[in-house]
Amino acid sequence: MGQGMNEATNRSAESAVLSVRNVSMNFGGLRALSEVDLDVRPGEVVALIGPNGAGKTTFFNCITGIYTPTGGEVTAYPRTGKPKRPEGIRINGMRTNLVCELGMARTFQNIRLFPSMTALENVMIGRHCRTKTGILGAVLRGAATRREEQEVVDKSFEMLTKVGLEKLANEYARNLPYGAQRRLEIARALATEPFLLLLDEPAAGMNPQETEELKQMVIRIREEFKVSVLLIEHDMKMVMSLSDRIYVMEYGRIISTGTPKQVGEDPQVIRAYLGEDSDA
Amino acid sequence: MAQANPIQHPTQHVIQHVKQAFVAAIWLAFLTLPIMVIRVDTVEKTVTWRWMNLAYMALGSFVLALAWYCMMERRDQSQARKDLETVERDSALSRFLSDPRFAKPLMAFGLLVAAGFPWFFSMYQTNILVSALIYVVLGLGLNITVGLAGLLDLGYVAFYAVGAYTYALLNHHFQLGFWTVLPLGAVLGAFFGILLGFPVLRLRGDYLAIVTLGFGQIIRLVLENWSAFSFGPSGISNIDRPGLFGITYSVEQATTYMYYIMLALVLLTIFVTARLKDSRIGRAWLALREDEIACQAMGIDNTRAKLMAFSLGATLAALMGVVFAAKTTFINPASFTFMESAMILAIVVLGGMGSVLGVILGAFLLMLLPEYLRAFSEYRMLIFGFTMVLIMVFRPQGLVRAKRKVYKINVEQAG
Amino acid sequence: MEYFLQLFFGGLSRGSVYALIALGYTMVYGIIELINFAHGEIYMIGAFMGLIVAGVLTALGWPALSILAIALVVSVLYSAAYGYTVEKIAYKPLRSAPRLAPLISAIGMSILLQNYIMLAQTPDFLPFPRLIPELAFMEPVSNYLGTSDMFIIVTSLVVMVALTLFIKFTRMGKAMRATAQNRKMAMLVGVNVDQVISVTFIIGSSLAAVGGVLIAAHVGQINFAIGFLAGIKAFTAAVLGGIGSIPGAVLGGLVLGWTESFATGYVSSDYEDVFAFLLLVVILIFRPAGLLGKQRAQKV
Repeated sequence: MGQGMNEATNRSAESAVLSVRNVSMNFGGLRALSEVDLDVRPGEVVALIGPNGAGKTTFFNCITGIYTPTGGEVTAYPRTGKPKRPEGIRINGMRTNLVCELGMARTFQNIRLFPSMTALENVMIGRHCRTKTGILGAVLRGAATRREEQEVVDKSFEMLTKVGLEKLANEYARNLPYGAQRRLEIARALATEPFLLLLDEPAAGMNPQETEELKQMVIRIREEFKVSVLLIEHDMKMVMSLSDRIYVMEYGRIISTGTPKQVGEDPQVIRAYLGEDSDA
Repeated sequence: MAQANPIQHPTQHVIQHVKQAFVAAIWLAFLTLPIMVIRVDTVEKTVTWRWMNLAYMALGSFVLALAWYCMMERRDQSQARKDLETVERDSALSRFLSDPRFAKPLMAFGLLVAAGFPWFFSMYQTNILVSALIYVVLGLGLNITVGLAGLLDLGYVAFYAVGAYTYALLNHHFQLGFWTVLPLGAVLGAFFGILLGFPVLRLRGDYLAIVTLGFGQIIRLVLENWSAFSFGPSGISNIDRPGLFGITYSVEQATTYMYYIMLALVLLTIFVTARLKDSRIGRAWLALREDEIACQAMGIDNTRAKLMAFSLGATLAALMGVVFAAKTTFINPASFTFMESAMILAIVVLGGMGSVLGVILGAFLLMLLPEYLRAFSEYRMLIFGFTMVLIMVFRPQGLVRAKRKVYKINVEQAG
Repeated sequence: MEYFLQLFFGGLSRGSVYALIALGYTMVYGIIELINFAHGEIYMIGAFMGLIVAGVLTALGWPALSILAIALVVSVLYSAAYGYTVEKIAYKPLRSAPRLAPLISAIGMSILLQNYIMLAQTPDFLPFPRLIPELAFMEPVSNYLGTSDMFIIVTSLVVMVALTLFIKFTRMGKAMRATAQNRKMAMLVGVNVDQVISVTFIIGSSLAAVGGVLIAAHVGQINFAIGFLAGIKAFTAAVLGGIGSIPGAVLGGLVLGWTESFATGYVSSDYEDVFAFLLLVVILIFRPAGLLGKQRAQKV
């Protein structure tokens, strides 16, 4: 039996950039996630939806190293950068910065920018793990350092352009309008050269037009950077039209998965969203 | 309250503030009555009443309270304004200082004065200036830890002590000279920074503050009590001044020599911190200060960044310790109390956390003003403490707001 | 054995006073997450108020025990007023400021208060009158438990029980607990948070004042700087027990008192203060949540 399971896992793993198996998370006696399975394949946009408190953000925290899952396996299959490891890299409990360096960059539900730094500098922080000037290099500022520094600036500016913030490059992040702050977080994540972009409610607080623009932007980014996207989102219109596949979570479990159409017709999902007595 | 009704006439504000200040003055007079007025002698069983103090107190607190309420109104208004505007306004001072038309000549002038100072002023003045320069470097060092990386280190003075005792002891036992120990002290400072930093740096902001405070106290208490090692409270005297190719020189010349050594060290520190501030490392520190979780999630190794900031600050403090021991030729644990740490922190806070220029101004202000206002020297620490509160309430960014660099972008690439 | 008991009760009375001060730290921290650096100074002011009242009444020739009672009451009232005022000046305007701002403001307040007392009174140590007489019935145990130790232990116990009852059963106590759990939520359900914070400062300062007068009467001398060390040690006690937890502060105070008492009694008296700081450092590094505190998950 174990043999069969493993084979199945391996087969799906070959075509995945992220594979999550049986992940559980307990807080004291509270079970926030239980036996969650989830895959993200190359170039896919996958959405994770579910009612408030279902455990979606906890799941993000588990796969980005902020929490160490109580049980299960989180495996990443980096497509970019250094030698590919076909067997994957186990990332549960890995330090957050290493997960990011590996190529999984995230945004936050409640925006977490660096408020007293400029927009450009916020993005430049994303370049940190791809550059290597040390204290000595920074003080001496030799040719190599200067070159690297200019590269960081140019590349970061390019990222700002991609999300349409080039005009606000030298504004302090705290002074940016709300929608711009959300986009800035995406630019910052992109600057780390991820193979998987994790977006935690990117459209929260946006009006329909901004949401539509955001959707177009995500599509553009996926094409251009060849990244996979895993997003948590409440805006159903956006989720349905943007994602290739959807996972639905309730009370820390995945209750349904499939294409937007399949999920939309799943009676369990309808019940989760409309309540037990939907027929009443 | 006043804000709720914009039609209100300005004089009505003033009248309201006067009323508020009056109440506050009565309250403060009542509060301070026993301590200001009564002095008891429990041995002789006598009581002295000093009623005049009450009058001073009431008058003083009325004036202060009036100023407080007026400033409070301004603060609230400017905060309300800030919510509406996205463009931030800088104070006249920082605008003036950041304008290259004024800043460049000002800097040249400052350097010129600094270079010729010992030739135009007395040894006494030069000596004071050397002390002030030591505090400039200490301030800049702590600025890296607190101002840039946001790690509140309340035991900073411990590293200063490490440097001072390194030189004093090596000089006492092995007759090692200043120039030999200076780099050694720096290395030892960095070492201690990492040694202490490693266990404590995973603590959250205010816990970190208390642990560093505890470490600072432990080091001082050990210096006081372990007489076999540190000669206890009586300290170490007859420490050699810096050598100059074996030439012997007078005390006056020594002061001048010390001054130029310090000037060079200050310039070096300014250079280093200014370069670091706008580098990959400096940006990582800022990100760390702004949001630890986001910082690490964006791929920065928080522990590494913290250790770097902590030990770099420690290095500068230890360097200054060596200089301090060589300058005074006598040290004892009394120079390394918590008040010293608080003083250096005040320099950073007053000057503006994260701003190199601000910290320099802060150091001069805090070190030189008391020297030249001898009449107030008793009240120095009192004013000091009050100023710290006032700055936090009314001008948390300090004298000079730290500015972020505007980067040049290669347009052809950006396209 | 007698030596052991002497150290035990010495540690207990010392620990009770730490606990009294630690309660102020822990309550304030529980509600606004601020290390009230000036709290040690409130304790010192409490001791000075006690001294002033005692000095005036002694000069008038009052009996010792009634002086002690009046000194305690006056000192509690004044210290409470000081605590209240300090909060209004140095912390309230900084409610929404970045985390380090109120802490730095608190350090400033601490320096201010120390120097205020130094200038208004004296920089020297002042003798504090013996207000606690040796009671006859304490004679048989007096070798290891003096009357003043006894007095401190009993008074602290009474005060702590009163505090516990207050927090458990009164309306204000409930509001305090609610605010400590979630300030925003408490505000939404109609708790006057500003008032709760003020009351917290008032209670904390009162407890510190009781500690200040008791220890001053016990030790026999005070000066303007006693608050700093006592404050840090009491904070250690609060952290030791788990900051934010009221029983934790009491437990932490006692553990610290005993540690100091036994360490100085059996190891070395030169390093009395070092033990406290070592304990602080070790606890914060290895168990920052303290003995009774709960490890809180970080919100992301």
